[in-house]
Amino acid sequence: MKKFLIPLVLFVVLVVFLAVGLRRDPHEIPSPLINRAAPDFSLQTLSGNTPFSPQDYKGRVWMLNVWATWCVSCREEHPVLVAFAKQIGVPIVGLSYKEIQPQDDPEKKLTPDAQLSLARSRGSVWLERHGNPYTLSVMDLDGRVGIDYGVYGVPETYIIDKNGVIRYKQIGPVTPQILTETLLPIIRGLENS
Amino acid sequence: MIAELGQYILILALLVALVQCVLPLVGSLTKQHAWQYLARPTAWLQFALVAGAYGCLLTGFLRDDFSIAYVAEHSNHLLPTPYKVAAVWGGHEGSLMLWILMLSVWTSLVAYFSKSLPIGIISRVLSVLGFISVGFILFILFTSNPFLRELPIPAEGRDLNPLLQDPGLVIHPPMLYMGYVGMSVAFAFAIAALITGRLDSAWSRWSRPWTVIAWSFLTLGIGLGSWWAYYELGWGGWWFWDPVENASLMPWLVSTALIHSLMVTEKRGGFKAWTVLLAIAAFSLSLLGTFLVRSGVLTSVHAFAADPTRGIFVLCFLAIVVGSSLTLFAWRAPKVTLGGTMGLLSRETFMLINSVLLSVATAAVLLGTLYPLVIDALNLGKLSVGPPYFNLVFAPLMVPILFLLIPGTVAKWRNANLQDMFMHLRWTALVSVVLGASLPFLMGEWSFGVFLGWTLGLWVGLGTLQHMVERVLKPGRIGGSFWGQHFAHLGLAIVVLGVTGVKSFEVERDVKMAIGDEVTIQPYVFRLNAMGEVKGPNYTASQAQIEVFNSGESTEILKPEKRHYLSSAMPMTEAAISSNLWRDLYVSLGDPLPGDAHQWSMRIYYKPFVPWLWVGVLVMVLGGLLASLDRRYRRASAQSPLQTAGQALSMGADGEEGVVHEREIGGDSLESLSPEAVNSQEQSLEADTTAHELPQSPSLHTDSGVQSAT
Repeated sequence: MKKFLIPLVLFVVLVVFLAVGLRRDPHEIPSPLINRAAPDFSLQTLSGNTPFSPQDYKGRVWMLNVWATWCVSCREEHPVLVAFAKQIGVPIVGLSYKEIQPQDDPEKKLTPDAQLSLARSRGSVWLERHGNPYTLSVMDLDGRVGIDYGVYGVPETYIIDKNGVIRYKQIGPVTPQILTETLLPIIRGLENS
Repeated sequence: MIAELGQYILILALLVALVQCVLPLVGSLTKQHAWQYLARPTAWLQFALVAGAYGCLLTGFLRDDFSIAYVAEHSNHLLPTPYKVAAVWGGHEGSLMLWILMLSVWTSLVAYFSKSLPIGIISRVLSVLGFISVGFILFILFTSNPFLRELPIPAEGRDLNPLLQDPGLVIHPPMLYMGYVGMSVAFAFAIAALITGRLDSAWSRWSRPWTVIAWSFLTLGIGLGSWWAYYELGWGGWWFWDPVENASLMPWLVSTALIHSLMVTEKRGGFKAWTVLLAIAAFSLSLLGTFLVRSGVLTSVHAFAADPTRGIFVLCFLAIVVGSSLTLFAWRAPKVTLGGTMGLLSRETFMLINSVLLSVATAAVLLGTLYPLVIDALNLGKLSVGPPYFNLVFAPLMVPILFLLIPGTVAKWRNANLQDMFMHLRWTALVSVVLGASLPFLMGEWSFGVFLGWTLGLWVGLGTLQHMVERVLKPGRIGGSFWGQHFAHLGLAIVVLGVTGVKSFEVERDVKMAIGDEVTIQPYVFRLNAMGEVKGPNYTASQAQIEVFNSGESTEILKPEKRHYLSSAMPMTEAAISSNLWRDLYVSLGDPLPGDAHQWSMRIYYKPFVPWLWVGVLVMVLGGLLASLDRRYRRASAQSPLQTAGQALSMGADGEEGVVHEREIGGDSLESLSPEAVNSQEQSLEADTTAHELPQSPSLHTDSGVQSAT
């Protein structure tokens, strides 16, 4: 009799694991960059002439939010950032990621300068329409900085502490829940340390 | 209106499924014949309703009715009509609709082709299938309704994922689902037998053809999926050990074991409990596959929208179905009698080893697939299990399976003689080893892996051919199951030869090319002649023209494309493949290199023996179809279980399957008769059976009582 119960027992164990597994998100990938210095860069900004570098924010807690006008999930996330920008209370730097997609310029006719100005005009129109939560936004046209930060997809959000160390990475859109329950406590904690 | 109508019909189908599930089963337990006889009409009615609901959804797609959210998400005005049809199963909700459509197709086929089965059995089988249908329709209605409206109505749909806009993907899911869902039939027969508490040869005989057909569909579905991944994804790979692929491989491995185990149960009355367990496992793994794919617990290249509520629903359903089946198993299986005696060396032994090895292989794949989930659940971190693990574990398990396959087919039931078998097969073995050792030199490189793979492939192939030739030279009609078995094994041999060949001798070059550049993979030279633009119905593409030279002579021009679908930001590679019997030349176009607009990254692959994979799969499928069409299944079902069992015993001494049997029940004489005569003879056979069943085996009818009723 007992040996015929083995399949049932094995199955019950399997179901328990599946049930626990359901509560986890397999897409939640720990970033190797957590607790490491944020990779340095110097990029043109959306509006101004002076390039921005993470060094500029040394001594402050700040957020880096990866976005693009072609990104559908960003449209979902953006109103949240706009609504909570004040409450967040730290600078939010936008990283406009690969704004010019291959299909925008199939024949590769655009010079880097022309690409930059196209991206700038598209980006500012989009921010005007959807609201601008960013202190400033940098233009990562070729996606090199994205590679340094290990960007999997857009949107992503990084929290960087006063010493320029990445403390948290959010993959996918920030929801009000994630913001209030996860991001804000981390930001407050870092500000007070 | 069409969406509301579809939803309404689907709710009706749910109610009918409930009736189909409850009344016949209760009827069979309380001996109410009228209730049992409800099983068939409800099965047909349910098919009509599910097909109607499916038709409504299809109409929504064909009419570009973007007020239906599901249509708007997966279709587009510009989408070519065949893809609109395929778009129905392009997303989660629709693929579940396809699932229940397939289920209702299988159910009605079982209802139709089982006219001669005792009503007690058929009412239980259909009732179990009805239960599965209830679960899935509930799943659709509560978590994944494809008929929801979207307001305001979008002017244009989002289009079908470009990856899915491909002929391979039009037929791949239906075939795979036919296979997955088909396992429910073997499962339903097993559960029906467990409820009765009677696991006999008749039961295994009834479920065998269904299992083999389902297996054939599953084989074809997996093959098509692999083929699609090979030419559509642009990586030149055909198997990635992705969780979703594993989810289809596991039921395949178990159902392969089941087919073999069913044979032992039918012929020798052995392995009964084991066979039932395999039948439960095959369907459970199909359900598990659905769970893994639909719940998003694992990451996969098959990026379906993950939704935890769906996951919970499927998990609960899985727990109920499989949990209750295994409980029933634990309760009933101890009472199962053992089959006939078997010698240490006999065909039964080989079948047992086959079952064990295939089950271990399944367990290994299951472990690898679920390991990341288990580690995460135990808070031990995140990891993924990749091809190295699967290759390392899977290949060594296949070696003994392939080696033992041939002795398994020549061994006699009950007691085999090792010396006879050795004498019989020694030349085949010698030729396989010699060819396996020498052929790699022809390809230019010898390694132990290729020697082993080809020797085993040749061994299976040549051994099978030897057996076929020997059988053809003997007199007597040869049954479909003989051809089926041998074609399936031959197909396997071809696949093994192909896999070994492509793994050992493929050459992959990832290069950058400018116009006029050449890449050489002996003896081929690839030259990039030009780059151009082409326009498709709903995409534009960059197209490269690559001229291929074989030993200096221009043979053809390959045109790989990089497509930009208008509705999607994701560019798609469309590889260009030149195939002949021995090799594929595979060219896939990458992106232009950053900074330099006149150079493109390009994948140029030389893939020997890839066509063998597809041919091998088709031969296996052919084998499955031949076996399931064996005439004895159609007639045998008309016979009383006792008779069949008796025949199985009397056949036990003979090694050939389906040959002696044909003669015994007059298969030869039937052939010369006209169709009408065959019909009447079959009817009389049936009538005859019913007539003399009563006095012979009263105990068998406690559950049905049909005969006395008629």
